[in-house]
Amino acid sequence: MAITLSESAANRVQKFLDQRGKGVGLRLGVRTSGCSGMAYTLEFVDETLPDDITFESFGVTVLIDPKSLIFLEGTELDFVREGLNEGFKFNNPNVKNSCGCGESFNV
Amino acid sequence: MALLQIAEPGLSADPHQHRLAIGIDLGTTNSLVATVRSGSAAVLEDEDGRALLPSVVRYVQVGIPEVGVEAQLRQTDDPHNTIASVKRFMGRGLKDVPGAAATPYRFVDSPGMVRIDTRAGLKSPVEVSAEILRVLRSRAEASLGGELTGAVITVPAYFDDAQRQATKDAARLAGLNVLRLLNEPTAAAIAYGLDNASQGVFCIYDLGGGTFDISILRLSQGVFEVVATNGDSALGGDDFDECIYRWIVEQAAIADPTVTDARLLLSLARKAKETLTDHDEAPICVTLSSGQAIDLVLTAETFFTLTASLIAKSLAPTRKALRDAGLGVGDIDGVVLVGGSTRMRHVRRAVADFFQSEPLTNLDPDKVVALGAAMQANLLVGNHKTDDWLLLDVIPLSLGLETMGGLAEKVIPRNATIPVARAQEFTTFKDGQTAISIHVVQGERELVGDCRSLARFELRGIPPMVAGAARVRVAFQVDADGLLSVSALEQTSGVQATIEVKPSYGLSDDEIARMLNDSYSNAQTDMNARNLREQRVDGLRLLEATQAALDQDGWQLLSEAERATIERAMETLRVMLNGQDPVALKRAADSLNRATAQFAARRMDASIQRALSGQRLDMLEV
Ligand SMILES: Nc1ncnc2c1ncn2[C@@H]1O[C@H](COP(=O)(O)OP(=O)(O)OP(=O)(O)O)[C@@H](O)[C@H]1O
Ligand SMILES: [Mg+2]
Repeated sequence: MAITLSESAANRVQKFLDQRGKGVGLRLGVRTSGCSGMAYTLEFVDETLPDDITFESFGVTVLIDPKSLIFLEGTELDFVREGLNEGFKFNNPNVKNSCGCGESFNV
Repeated sequence: MALLQIAEPGLSADPHQHRLAIGIDLGTTNSLVATVRSGSAAVLEDEDGRALLPSVVRYVQVGIPEVGVEAQLRQTDDPHNTIASVKRFMGRGLKDVPGAAATPYRFVDSPGMVRIDTRAGLKSPVEVSAEILRVLRSRAEASLGGELTGAVITVPAYFDDAQRQATKDAARLAGLNVLRLLNEPTAAAIAYGLDNASQGVFCIYDLGGGTFDISILRLSQGVFEVVATNGDSALGGDDFDECIYRWIVEQAAIADPTVTDARLLLSLARKAKETLTDHDEAPICVTLSSGQAIDLVLTAETFFTLTASLIAKSLAPTRKALRDAGLGVGDIDGVVLVGGSTRMRHVRRAVADFFQSEPLTNLDPDKVVALGAAMQANLLVGNHKTDDWLLLDVIPLSLGLETMGGLAEKVIPRNATIPVARAQEFTTFKDGQTAISIHVVQGERELVGDCRSLARFELRGIPPMVAGAARVRVAFQVDADGLLSVSALEQTSGVQATIEVKPSYGLSDDEIARMLNDSYSNAQTDMNARNLREQRVDGLRLLEATQAALDQDGWQLLSEAERATIERAMETLRVMLNGQDPVALKRAADSLNRATAQFAARRMDASIQRALSGQRLDMLEV
């Protein structure tokens, strides 16, 4: 299963990459910590790593390391607005429960 | 729920540990807040999509003062309690306030800084500014979804120690952690990425609402040095409005406009001015209180002719700044336009002609300062690698000591990069002298009397020695915000004295404490408003989620009666959402939550059934 970006997320990522003026794509990842076990990470990519798995979504390159992929299979990254706040949101089908904060989760 | 932003490679923060940093342009006319999200700087807007917050505060009888557009609208009918352009009074005693008599405010002189008598009591400019900052802070917290780590606040390059200290005090009062103060022109240069150039001399032309500032910056090895500043504290967009106003009065032969009419015409004049930035004509149609109907068209050409002298007025200080810097127009590597008034086409043209080069204009001129401040803040909290982004600031005025004969001896010259520490040695001039009095002054002038006195203190207990034998080392230290502490040490005996220069016109700790106290008494009201806002967001989300669940599974999983119960609870919540009572709202949300508990459990079971038949869960046993 793939990792995808929603169209609005892809547009945003592309815009941020353009404004940043460098970078080959977006890295999604997972690391342990947080109030509910694991936490998402979201970073610009300047250098790809040998193990990286690559996806394309609306023209944006998404990179992910194989370990993180286990927890993120089928995830769609969305860009949303909530009141004045705006940002990215992981729609991860693997999540059993999250701490409600959107950043950490359990599978 | 936290929404995520894209971090620089390897710099992801731990969950709930995001370093939220903002930049604030605390302007005379308008204030703004900006941040860096997913690597790009953006100005934060309020609920109505407005980025600029008019720097106007209106004190009301009870409760939180009005700030911004609301307050601005009341300027005419409540002049004593509606404070505009408070930046002009920051760190100033009454005798230093330019044009105090021309303002409608009831000034009260008090040691250090003026106070303004309002219906809510005596307010210092620091407190008024804090109200503006408080609004920007809560806007930022709502936009970033969390507590702020810190803020960079900009100040004019020519602000002295007292004005800087006052700005810092205001931020503290507003509950902001000040990462540092940054010079406005430096912030503008940062926004344009000029700090990434290896070196160069840049001119920042800032024409705002009421003030004009020109700054010449030299960048070398990542350090911006303010080579020269000049300006006109009574020249800005308001004067252009005034010109159009006079033209209307003349064209329409208005004999004696009433105060209300004058105010109306002025705001129409401003609108016409802003229209002419993008159009060649601006209509001016209005009926006055006398019944006189006015129907005029102002052409761009006429406007340009009417206001040419104002632009010329800005070029005189520009020439002076260049002369002070010993530079010619040809030495300038780039010109940056700052301030809403530099949107005007004839201003841009005049600046381009003067410098014989096209100024940088691709960022919004009224936002660049806030954007640059946000970039600096983002760097200071560690969201950005510093190796490709080094920036220092400089002190605006020399710091020194009074020596024999009332002369000022400079210890740290102006434009020294900060933080900085310098020391100088002095000695006793009388046999057996056991104390030495130290007078710290700020300014460029030779005579102490012409400089600003910052602090006095004494070093006592020097063992008696012959004149000239004692070795007193006076060390000046300026931190990254441009604030000074001075220490004196007699080296043969080790006697020591230190003073932190809270200049006499800054705020005492007592005053800060009192003001913080005052702001706590407002805190209850603040808290309620905030609480209500948060409960509303939660309540709305709950309503939406429940509705979606009902639409999806309501018919399969619920009986008629169960559905009715849930719908009743939803209706109650809907009513409470329009109310003002956070407690009742919370109660309604809780009861909807209870009403749907069974339903949620059934939905969970159903979805696990679905998931199991879809084989999705087994790959997750990791
Ligand atoms: N489109 C426009 N065309 C012409 N003038 C404009 C336009 N937009 C804004 N202005 C003017 O810009 C001025 C406000 O500028 P800005 O917000 O930069 O002021 P400020 O920095 O707060 O003020 P100050 O320089 O006095 O500290 C107002 O006079 C406003 O009329
Ligand atoms: Mg300004």
